[in-house]
Amino acid sequence: MLDTAINNKQPISTTSEWTFELVQEYDREIALLAKEFGLDTYPNQIEIICSEQMMDAYSSVGMPVGYNHWSFGKQFISVENNYQRGRMGLAYEIVINSNPCIAYLMEENTMTMQALVIAHACYGHNSFFKGNYLFRTWTDASSIIDYLLFAKNYIARCEERHGVDEVESLLDSCHALMNYGVDRYKRPYPISAHEEERRQKEREEYRQRQLNDLWRTIPRPGGGEEQAKTHRFPEEPQENLLYFIEKNAPLLENWQRELVRIVRKMAQYFYPQRQTQVMNEGWATFWHYTLLNELYLRGKVTDGFMLEFLQSHTSVIYQPPYDSPYYNGINPYALGFNIFTDLRRICENPTEEDRAWFPDIAGSNWKETLQFAMRDFKDESFILQFLSPKVMRDMKLFCISDDDREKEILVNAIHNEDGYRELRAKLAGQYNLGNREPNIQVYSVNTRGDRSMTLHHTQHQRRPLGKETTEVLKHLHRLWGFNVHLHSLNGDEITASYHCPEMGRDRTEDEESMLVPKPI
Amino acid sequence: MSYIIDRRLNGKKKSTVNRQRFLRRYKAHIKKAVGEAMNSRSITDMDKGEKISIPSRDLNEPLFSHGRGGHMEQVLPGNKEFITGDRIPRPGQGAGQGGAGGGASDSGEGIDEFVFQISQEEFLDFMFEGLELPNMVKRKLAGNESFQVVRAGICNEGSPGRLNVVRSMRAANARRIALSGGKRRNIKVLEQELELEESKDQALKDQRKVDELRLRIEELRGRVNRIPFLDDFDLKYNLLIKQPRPRSKAVMFCLMDVSGSMNQATKDMAKRFFLLLYLFLQRSYEYTEVVFIRHHTSAKEVDEQEFFYSRETGGTIVSSALKMMRDIMRERYPASEWNIYGAQASDGDNWNDDSSTCHKILIDDIMPHVQYYSYVEITPRDHQALWDEYQSVAMAFPEHFAMEQIIDVKDIYPVFRQLFSQKVVA
Repeated sequence: MLDTAINNKQPISTTSEWTFELVQEYDREIALLAKEFGLDTYPNQIEIICSEQMMDAYSSVGMPVGYNHWSFGKQFISVENNYQRGRMGLAYEIVINSNPCIAYLMEENTMTMQALVIAHACYGHNSFFKGNYLFRTWTDASSIIDYLLFAKNYIARCEERHGVDEVESLLDSCHALMNYGVDRYKRPYPISAHEEERRQKEREEYRQRQLNDLWRTIPRPGGGEEQAKTHRFPEEPQENLLYFIEKNAPLLENWQRELVRIVRKMAQYFYPQRQTQVMNEGWATFWHYTLLNELYLRGKVTDGFMLEFLQSHTSVIYQPPYDSPYYNGINPYALGFNIFTDLRRICENPTEEDRAWFPDIAGSNWKETLQFAMRDFKDESFILQFLSPKVMRDMKLFCISDDDREKEILVNAIHNEDGYRELRAKLAGQYNLGNREPNIQVYSVNTRGDRSMTLHHTQHQRRPLGKETTEVLKHLHRLWGFNVHLHSLNGDEITASYHCPEMGRDRTEDEESMLVPKPI
Repeated sequence: MSYIIDRRLNGKKKSTVNRQRFLRRYKAHIKKAVGEAMNSRSITDMDKGEKISIPSRDLNEPLFSHGRGGHMEQVLPGNKEFITGDRIPRPGQGAGQGGAGGGASDSGEGIDEFVFQISQEEFLDFMFEGLELPNMVKRKLAGNESFQVVRAGICNEGSPGRLNVVRSMRAANARRIALSGGKRRNIKVLEQELELEESKDQALKDQRKVDELRLRIEELRGRVNRIPFLDDFDLKYNLLIKQPRPRSKAVMFCLMDVSGSMNQATKDMAKRFFLLLYLFLQRSYEYTEVVFIRHHTSAKEVDEQEFFYSRETGGTIVSSALKMMRDIMRERYPASEWNIYGAQASDGDNWNDDSSTCHKILIDDIMPHVQYYSYVEITPRDHQALWDEYQSVAMAFPEHFAMEQIIDVKDIYPVFRQLFSQKVVA
């Protein structure tokens, strides 16, 4: 099966300079190996760019096209600043979940780094994008670039027609609620630019009809009034705030609704990435490690290559301890890599402990098991399922409980026989987006009276809302156009309330003009 | 199958628009910083870029997040000493568990100021934003003109590179139609005859005539076909001509009092004012000359170094400088060619009966020829006769004459802005 090229023990390159021919050759070799290991990928498009272009890519969340907004400019300026002062190196690669999968390689990198990036991005991330269920159901890799282009053009047209300021302030408001523009439970339709454009017109008309119906103030014949009083709107609390606004905000114009939709679709596109950070990076890291080691075993790369690679690899997966000045949360590369590596070990060399903890997978085919783990999980469930006691021991994990009713912090589990299960559950919980972001939902809208919107925040372990809440409410108020109330609930008890405009005082004219969108 | 693409030659400035959006949004902050920089900078680096810092709370994009409090549970790596059940005193406010769940530290970062650099160009843009040079007239420069290549229609001769394909083909088509018109008409007539002849009954048909007609048609067709498809004189070329571009040029007269009453601080202020004006003129005109005239009892044209740094003392006769300006204008800068700007700085002291002379020179000889004349009086004291005389000049030429008082270094930039702020057209 192995062809002659592999038996030939000549290394592909011996210097650190890269050329296009070498990049191509490494890519070919790595692709062959990846195929042997059963990685299924989109076709790759490898683009060589310079550092300035990398900074451009950085500031547009890695996307090759994006609409214009000041916040991307801010991002760019800060990246540029830090980079120019040498405070920060640029990432070696950026990879985009599209079909073909686009990966950026920086021209400053050495040949070793280019090979590492090819293995990491073009075969690691790429196969993850293609395989993982979240990406499969939530994003449409083949159409994302088209959609971005559509969004960019549409927003540019709106700027021409309605002015940059109008569009900018609306986008500000949408960005503030971006994390609440996602359907967490409903399965969405993949987005497609073509479809969007075709349907846009239709949607505008339909929407206006719907709205008018909702906000009808003329009493319906036959006791409609009575009935309406008992009906709550929305009938069930809505978690997707942007969707709710797009469909129901009374004062928005059609182009504004379209903009809300665009931001919402972007949020939806990035949602899987936010939920699979550990897995995605862990998977890619595991595979670059495995692929390059295999290349070495087959004599395709030199010792020098390996040393440079390992130096870079170990710094990527370094996990500083909690009390180190460099500690900045758990390193997703380290955690993911450790879990996948240990998973392979459990399959190949299971111990007694492993057989007890993972009876199904201990001793199984490691390639199949890893594929399974990659395909059907997200960070939370992945950790809950596959974090082994050995990894917990190696990383010396422990769990603390910080309750503001207690004087001291309690260590409630460490990496020992009693603590493994609790530790694992707690760590998994930490990756549950629902725990990380406050759970805020539209509770009701006063359709008969002042059209005010009421939201409920359901507290998670009594955690209150942060300082910026009132600022975000202002943005929500701008979109909704009428009063907005937010109640923070612990169980059934309201512990805090936020209002926009603030209750108990009249708004000044300035605020008024800032808060209320211009009438149609 | 992978595609490898070299994108290094693609545009690098993709983020420029976003950067400009950012600057636009924080205009107020940047303008303030620019204004402050103007006052604190040494004169030599007046036109460099500037570091701008904006409080990060103003830049913050708010998000719903968890605040402090409630019950938090967290998994941390690198345990060294703890066992289950240990109790640890809570670390001081703000320290310790910064990265709670990852979400909390995203926006804060603990940086108070967002600092970035704007380029010289951007700096000047902000510095002179909303200002305009009054009465700016583009006057033509005689001699060494610059040229601009513009399209000027179509011509019959030219280099092959400028060949206009569409027009050439159109000309060829027209020629072919014109040259073959008569022949094709004949062909048509003959064809009709032929048809008539052929449709006749077999007995009546004149075979000789048919053959003859056929022959003639054939011959005419041949002649039509021999008309060339494209001939030399069909070729049309895009005509490009050089147009002289009027280049505007300006001269700026800097007049400064260097008499005993002007101390170094006052002179420094005057200098800043002149410099601002110079930078501003440079942006508006492609070519700017500066004439430095300093005076005490007598005026002297000097170079920049001497203008700003040499020390003089003595009395003050302002009209001496005005006279000199008048003479230089007559000699070297005819108003028909030059945009003339005058800027005068003084502490307001003047020989008493000289002020009326100043008035006369300004009204008669200078003001009719200049675009703009600005006078700044740098003094914390009351105005003297000169100010009053100048005020009547200002009355006479409200469009072209402006005067302001400067007391402190802080005033320079605001006064400058005031002098050149865009006038709303009534």
